[in-house]
Amino acid sequence: MSEGPRDVAIVAFAQSDHRRRTDELSEVEMVMPVLHEVLDAAGLTTADIGFTCSGSSDYLAGRAFSFTMTLDGVGAWPPISESHVETDGAWALYEAWVKLLTGEVDTALVYAYGKSSPGSVRDVLTRQLDPYYTAPLWPDSVALAALQAQALIDAGDTDETALAAIAGRSRKDAAANPHAQLPGARPQGDHVVAPLRTGDCPPIGDGAAAVVLAAGDRARELCARPAWITGMDHRVEAHALGVRDLTDSPSTRLAAERAGAFDPTAARPLDTAELHAPFTSQEVVLRKALGLGDDVRINPSGGALAANPLMAAGLIRLGEAAARIHRGESHRALAHATSGPCLQQNLVAVLEADPRA
Amino acid sequence: MSKEPVAVVGIGQTRHAAARRDVSIAGLVREAARRALDDAELTWADIDAVVIGKAPDFFEGVMMPELYLADALGAVGKPMLRVHTAGSVGGSTALVAAQLVAARVHGTVLTVAFEKQSESNAMWGLSLPVPFQQPLLAGAGGFFAPHVRAYMRRTGAPDTIGSLVAYKDRRNALRNPFAHLHEHDLTLEKVRSSPMLWDPIRYSETCPSSDGACAMVLTGRTGASRAPRPPAWMLGGAMRSEPTLFAGKDFVSPRAGRDCAADVYRQAGITDPRRQIDAVEMYVPFSWYEPMWLENLGFAEEGEGWKLTEAGVTEIGGDLPVNPSGGVLSSNPIGASGMLRFAEAALQVRGQAGEHQIEGARTALGHAYGGGAQFFSMWLVGDRPPGT
Repeated sequence: MSEGPRDVAIVAFAQSDHRRRTDELSEVEMVMPVLHEVLDAAGLTTADIGFTCSGSSDYLAGRAFSFTMTLDGVGAWPPISESHVETDGAWALYEAWVKLLTGEVDTALVYAYGKSSPGSVRDVLTRQLDPYYTAPLWPDSVALAALQAQALIDAGDTDETALAAIAGRSRKDAAANPHAQLPGARPQGDHVVAPLRTGDCPPIGDGAAAVVLAAGDRARELCARPAWITGMDHRVEAHALGVRDLTDSPSTRLAAERAGAFDPTAARPLDTAELHAPFTSQEVVLRKALGLGDDVRINPSGGALAANPLMAAGLIRLGEAAARIHRGESHRALAHATSGPCLQQNLVAVLEADPRA
Repeated sequence: MSKEPVAVVGIGQTRHAAARRDVSIAGLVREAARRALDDAELTWADIDAVVIGKAPDFFEGVMMPELYLADALGAVGKPMLRVHTAGSVGGSTALVAAQLVAARVHGTVLTVAFEKQSESNAMWGLSLPVPFQQPLLAGAGGFFAPHVRAYMRRTGAPDTIGSLVAYKDRRNALRNPFAHLHEHDLTLEKVRSSPMLWDPIRYSETCPSSDGACAMVLTGRTGASRAPRPPAWMLGGAMRSEPTLFAGKDFVSPRAGRDCAADVYRQAGITDPRRQIDAVEMYVPFSWYEPMWLENLGFAEEGEGWKLTEAGVTEIGGDLPVNPSGGVLSSNPIGASGMLRFAEAALQVRGQAGEHQIEGARTALGHAYGGGAQFFSMWLVGDRPPGT
């Protein structure tokens, strides 16, 4: 007889206060308090963790093998079972989830961090484009997002007023988030790259986040109301913007379908969605791709418009969605993370409280 | 919960060279992936997910190159995961891919690792100054030379051992058409008289800088039953990490390496690695790491590894052949080097290693390490499924 897949849950989440600059902190110093906080929340020590996985980027750190120093902060002695993804920590969480599904371990620690302040992040991100044809032109991340926003406006999917409303709602919600970098109402400002205004763009900042995963009864021991991962999937699209419909996100829709987000037999409807949309226009794309109605609470944390520490912002979406379940504010939540220009790569997880809890 | 057994049904690698100017980065990875698919007699449509690994992005000067490579690897519409664990990454990438199969998340997975060092400069990539941290100075050789010297002092190994390893691996590479270095006129005397770079490491005892890629197709029991050629079965696999620098670290025989090997042997039911393993592909970027890892991996008692090398045990005709492919000393596309070790181990137990085939090899170890000898990944493969 084949058995069903293992039940795995997010049992703890912690994040730093996200700030424009953290000149006084190394990456290790930025990550360590978050690691201590998440382990304390789960009542665990490093020695109790079965598998550790992290997400970060050498290009942000400005040096090769930058994650090796952060690992020292984890306290990898005696030696630990550990891995790293050179992308957002949401994908590190995915790798850890798979490891738990194999049954080899019962707990996992996932962390991610990024400091954007030491360089010009708009310039840095151009280096992730096709190195032969596109990167030499240095098209920056805001300009590419503006292309996408203009395509949406041209298609009649949104307008500048609607985008401003998304910005306003996000920052208003962020007022209740003590970690947010841009909390509270603020003016939309001038165009950065038309049609995107200052308010349509995410803040540039430094930050870190961490999550503890556990399987089955171990999760129930560690958390009163675990956020069970009932499905998770991620998909990538073509890289070249010219071959993609920028007003849609088929990879998000497919990942959501594979994660069970549209399961008609689900006992409860989705009530929350934490979407990794650094630009207001990208929320429009994602809502459409996911078919989210007004009955779903979008980004109660304020989302990436309120704090966007690169390589951690996607993991934070999973953490925020889970924390809402931990607090009893959600029963079934969708969490989304993205990577690459104009939503090229997308991950979707569906998190649920135990129906009895 | 029982895991799905993992089988290697396709293996591909590129021709390795100092500079593959005939292909882009995308062309390079596609060459290896295409060969792995051909070996498995599968098409891009048969692949459910792609797991890709390489060493630091600075080595090519492309940030998160997997985004740009999605099209070339047929990954559009599929999951694509990027792994980066320093020099061990080729091995770790294969293990992450294997877990997708073992956990039954996906049926058939393509895993690829590459490095196109000619696009940039690895020595530069490794030497960026970082405030408040120990500078690596002259790339990896400068970091590892003192640990080799420590091994020599600790074990009393004669200073001739390193050249024996280099001479052996470079001769083995002559049997491997994919190897970067084919030094037909090499002699032991030439190795011994090559310039001293980082005492005690000589020029001919160091790995080259290569462009190259390696790919494998991994699948479960059903996929294996349809494979056109004998699969290699994963009997055990593990990763271990330890900190870079701390007072208790043993750079000569890191505990993370010993623990990782012990975990793999436990999974595979290996109690006497020296007798039960028929071929070893270990990560030897500087020749002296062969005797060092022989001890670290449990093939020799502490202080005895160099004696196996000296006695010819690790030659192709010896009873524990090490790096029959020519190893990292003959081809070093850094991000792919670990996966090449894993793939070469699988080729051996499939009986597909061509001129460097070890006769009757039924169990083989693939080994990779990285960082400051702190990240380890290994797998043990066999010619029969686990538990049989």
